Amino acid sequence: MMQAEKVVEITIASSLELIDIITLTADHFAKLSGFDEEELYRINLAVRESVANAIEHGNKYNAEKNVEARFGLTELRLSVSIRDHGAGFDPETLPDPLDPENLLNPAGRGILYMRSFMDQVDLVRHPEGGMQITMVKNRPAPSSPPPAPETSSGGEGK
Amino acid sequence: MQLEIRERKIGQIVILDLTGKITIGDGSNKLRDEVNRLLEIGEREIILNFEGTSYLDSSGIGELISRHTTTKNQGGHLKLLKLPKKIRDLLTVTKLLGVFETFENEQDAVLSFGVLGVVPQQNG
Repeated sequence: MMQAEKVVEITIASSLELIDIITLTADHFAKLSGFDEEELYRINLAVRESVANAIEHGNKYNAEKNVEARFGLTELRLSVSIRDHGAGFDPETLPDPLDPENLLNPAGRGILYMRSFMDQVDLVRHPEGGMQITMVKNRPAPSSPPPAPETSSGGEGK
Repeated sequence: MQLEIRERKIGQIVILDLTGKITIGDGSNKLRDEVNRLLEIGEREIILNFEGTSYLDSSGIGELISRHTTTKNQGGHLKLLKLPKKIRDLLTVTKLLGVFETFENEQDAVLSFGVLGVVPQQNG
């Protein structure tokens, strides 16, 4: 029987000091999902980048605007949605940070890291305003149990 | 852990040992302020030692690029030492690894400055 999705929702004010509350939750879900240390770092970074973008570029540090995070864990995947309450933007208009002309720009790499480290990243304007980023990471396949010891007779010497 | 910066000097070369997280806000700001302070007092040859750095985000990466550019524009060099694999991966993903001079060994990093530094004494 398919298990129900495990969900946690967190709302924070637009303060950089509060980002860790969401990334700590990301760490917990990543561990529950069975990811290794390297993937934990990548998931943590993708979540950190999305929350930092929501605070800085979305809500523009307006303490009256919140950032909402939703974590969902199923048997197959971990999903994280981050929503801000800013003006929104068209992701197609963002400069490519890998373009040689932009390589030395100090900003503009956050979404690239999200796309590099998660399996699926969708950026949409929320119908009630602001941007919502939804990131999905497929869970690793459970490790195979060790082979059962052979019980049948036979083998060498026969 | 908040970023802590310890300063050492070998000849004309300043080594900053970075311990903790370099992320948006305090960490990035602290790194910016420290490198800018060194440039203001005339230091031009700087090594950032990442051996104790546990975390870097895109803001930290941006700060590295900015300090690299600022140092270069003032006739100096900013080099990176002992990048942990996860931080090296971040530079690789963004095609920035080739922008910086990176070293695994402190002596190699110091020697790379040529005559400006003091060559460490060899024992034996």
